[in-house]
Amino acid sequence: MANTVQDHGHAEDHGHDHDHKPAFFARWFMSTNHKDIGTLYLIFAIFAGMIGGAFSGMMRFELTEPGIQYLATFSHWFGVANPSFDEQLHLWNVLISAHGLIMVFFMVMPALIGGFGNWFVPLMIGAPDMAFPRMNNISFWLTVAGFCSLMASAFVPGGTGQGAGIGWTAYAPLSTSGSAGPAVDFAIFSLHLAGAASIMGAINFITTIFNMRAPGMTLHKMPLFVWSVLVTAFLLLLALPVLAAAITMLITDRNFGTTFFDAAGGGDPVLFQHLFWFFGHPEVYIMILPGFGIISQIISTHSNKPVFGYLGMAYAMVAIGVVGFVVWAHHMYTTGLSVNTKMYFTAATMVIAVPTGIKIFSWIATMWGGSLEFKSPLVWAMGFIFLFTVGGVTGVVLANGGIDDNMQDTYYVVGHFHYVLSLGAVTSLFAGFYYWFPKMSGKMHSEFLSYLHFAVFFVGVNLIFFPMHFLGLQGMPRRYPDYVEAYAHWNWVATLGYKIMAVSILIWIVNVIYAFIWGKKAADNYWGHGANTLEWTLSSPPPFHQFETLPVIDDNAHH
Amino acid sequence: MMIFGDRARRAGSALRALGLSFGMGLAATAAHAQEAVASAAASPAASGSPSAAGSYVPMAPTPGVGMPVNGGLGFQPQYTENGQYALWFHDALLMPLIVLICLFVLLLLIWVVIRYRKARNPVASKTSHNTAIEIVWTLLPVLILVGIAIPSINLLSKQFKPAPENALTIKVTGNQWFWTYTYPDNGGFDVNSYMLNQPGQPKINADVREVGSKPWDGPAQLEVDNRMVVPVNEPIRIQTIGSDVIHAFAVPSLWFKLDAVPGRINEKVLTITREGVYYGQCSELCGARHGYMPIAVEVVSRDKFNAWVQTHSGGVIDHQPKPAAAPAAPAAAASAAPAASTAASAAPSASTAPGA
Repeated sequence: MANTVQDHGHAEDHGHDHDHKPAFFARWFMSTNHKDIGTLYLIFAIFAGMIGGAFSGMMRFELTEPGIQYLATFSHWFGVANPSFDEQLHLWNVLISAHGLIMVFFMVMPALIGGFGNWFVPLMIGAPDMAFPRMNNISFWLTVAGFCSLMASAFVPGGTGQGAGIGWTAYAPLSTSGSAGPAVDFAIFSLHLAGAASIMGAINFITTIFNMRAPGMTLHKMPLFVWSVLVTAFLLLLALPVLAAAITMLITDRNFGTTFFDAAGGGDPVLFQHLFWFFGHPEVYIMILPGFGIISQIISTHSNKPVFGYLGMAYAMVAIGVVGFVVWAHHMYTTGLSVNTKMYFTAATMVIAVPTGIKIFSWIATMWGGSLEFKSPLVWAMGFIFLFTVGGVTGVVLANGGIDDNMQDTYYVVGHFHYVLSLGAVTSLFAGFYYWFPKMSGKMHSEFLSYLHFAVFFVGVNLIFFPMHFLGLQGMPRRYPDYVEAYAHWNWVATLGYKIMAVSILIWIVNVIYAFIWGKKAADNYWGHGANTLEWTLSSPPPFHQFETLPVIDDNAHH
Repeated sequence: MMIFGDRARRAGSALRALGLSFGMGLAATAAHAQEAVASAAASPAASGSPSAAGSYVPMAPTPGVGMPVNGGLGFQPQYTENGQYALWFHDALLMPLIVLICLFVLLLLIWVVIRYRKARNPVASKTSHNTAIEIVWTLLPVLILVGIAIPSINLLSKQFKPAPENALTIKVTGNQWFWTYTYPDNGGFDVNSYMLNQPGQPKINADVREVGSKPWDGPAQLEVDNRMVVPVNEPIRIQTIGSDVIHAFAVPSLWFKLDAVPGRINEKVLTITREGVYYGQCSELCGARHGYMPIAVEVVSRDKFNAWVQTHSGGVIDHQPKPAAAPAAPAAAASAAPAASTAASAAPSASTAPGA
């Protein structure tokens, strides 16, 4: 493999001189280049993440102490001059809904799949681009349009006040008869657009991975990040149409007199929850699987050792994807499911812990016997393993239908899913960012600032989310703008954690600015011989068009 | 706004939280034990004021019972048998297990950092397979999960044990934003339950007094004007339904949470083993004032319950413990009542079996 690396480095340096980049508008607004579209996705995800993060900051400030302190001020920011008390409370519901939707659909998914997926799937399989470059472009711009629709919803009437205050889950009948006005329609339309974008993206990835691998790269030789995106793409393709159907039925219930979710007309509100979570549970694996892939690449690279149990790792992801489709009602334990249903979903949900355990142990086994270099991506990846383990084990607790009766819709659940998403998926995002940023930009970031970013972030997020387990066990319900005095202690701690976490984001921004202004030029393979996937055979940044001559994968190459 | 504790306490709490975050909840298990001791000490305390039989005065809650405590780490003490079993399952099995798993992973990570850093181990091994260990780390979790599944399934079957035929039925209707408790076995009267207003805060409910103006008032945001009153040590058939959007009837210290869905009746049995006041809050997003529709369950002796029932117009004592001087025909009135009070959209759902 080492020989191929050298050959391609030279070949591509040569190609680099002949890059024909389109002019600014054509390049960035009409792009068909997977790397440019990946960059656009990353910039968009950072922008959306800042807004979603600001919303969570507004929520944490309101929750610092009992009572309603800041909601009136926040209402002014949304253009409501004299908000009534109910309008202020409605704004709270708008914030929680928007935070969830933005972070899921417009931050984590665009960054992991649209950003890193677009950038590195073609590079890692030795393809010149994605299979459908124009569809790739429309996927991105539909995501942007969806985000605009969601933002617009905050400024139109949504029932009690401006905006859609229905939670990211949009349960009927709160989202139908419970919310008059166009805001909820805008929010639903936003999901339609983002969903269509993701379905097209999924088709693109599946086609690319199945048809455009370099000669010699069999499925069982693909890097694990490509495997993770492949499994994710299948989850998207199967889950999102169900969401699309469910929210289309919401639209018709709202506007055209149907009663899919209205018992008075023969429908059932709980049907919406079944449809939503049939999408919603695979969705959480959609958000974490690409992160799994990134972590596998990083650990193998910085351990200078091939991934332990490659096939087990790949098929553990497949297993998580498959089982992820048959566990959805564990989100609905208190809706009045029958005892047999609850028993089944309890057992099925716990099964997911097995492939997840295989992944955790295989990552550790990859490092076992390795020669670890503690570069910033590895530090982030090890943080990921620990935080994801914490989020995973609380998931096993929640899987028990009888235990969940006292945890459903409490802060324990909020703590659990932020440990796997905010601390899991986002930690994997930052790990991937430091791993690949020099490859994408051609500039080295500061390793010191990366470590500092990690340390501050780790302390901050743990302070935010660990006390939420205590609050949840004590019974504090989710989605409350105000709370009983007895919950004051840990809420104050969580807000302190948010401030620390916000500082870490500033450190990250400084690091990015540093890299672009003072960063050293990145070498082709700046992580050394542990990094042996195909993207390291190219220059940093890679040429505008790569692999004009397809690389050939040596049959004897070791994984 | 309200100030809670001084700066020093806050600094202390931050340090404590840091320690806890990294201590991975070991402290939490210890705290459970402490709380259990505390609750055991508190429970024999006399409940409520010494009222003459036949009269009804609302009960004063015991501080720390049936409500959260500031800085609390674990579940609230439980006052139902199923709740105590679930609490044991969580505190004695699940919590120690997940703490051990996290510590195990943490130890492995620390070990690889120490042993396999480049300075100590310059040449990486090429090992990438070990079938034996892969089988072990697949099967061992399976066995652990089976071990969890047995008490878990057991708990579920306990929770779904149907109510006896003659159990007292209470219908709980979630409304934006208050609860209605209907007593079909007691003449079918309705009790509307609104949160009390907090001094110094915007008025949440018009025509409702402020919290703290009566001696029996519990904590702000949990206390209501009219509580749901139930008899102690009797199985109660709770039926929930929503009148507008979905709400959830939840009381953490009774290990009880059941959604109130428009158009379907959900049913569950609740047997509370101690007199007292137990607070809960709506646990399904239901619009603007979702945070301001608490639940207060007052558990009293059968005599006091009968007295409370008779304070309502049309209230009759149900057939339950064969009272000596029970009115002649409460059953007829009771069976007519639920239909009248819930006619709006109530259709028993197929997923539960009322009266099974």
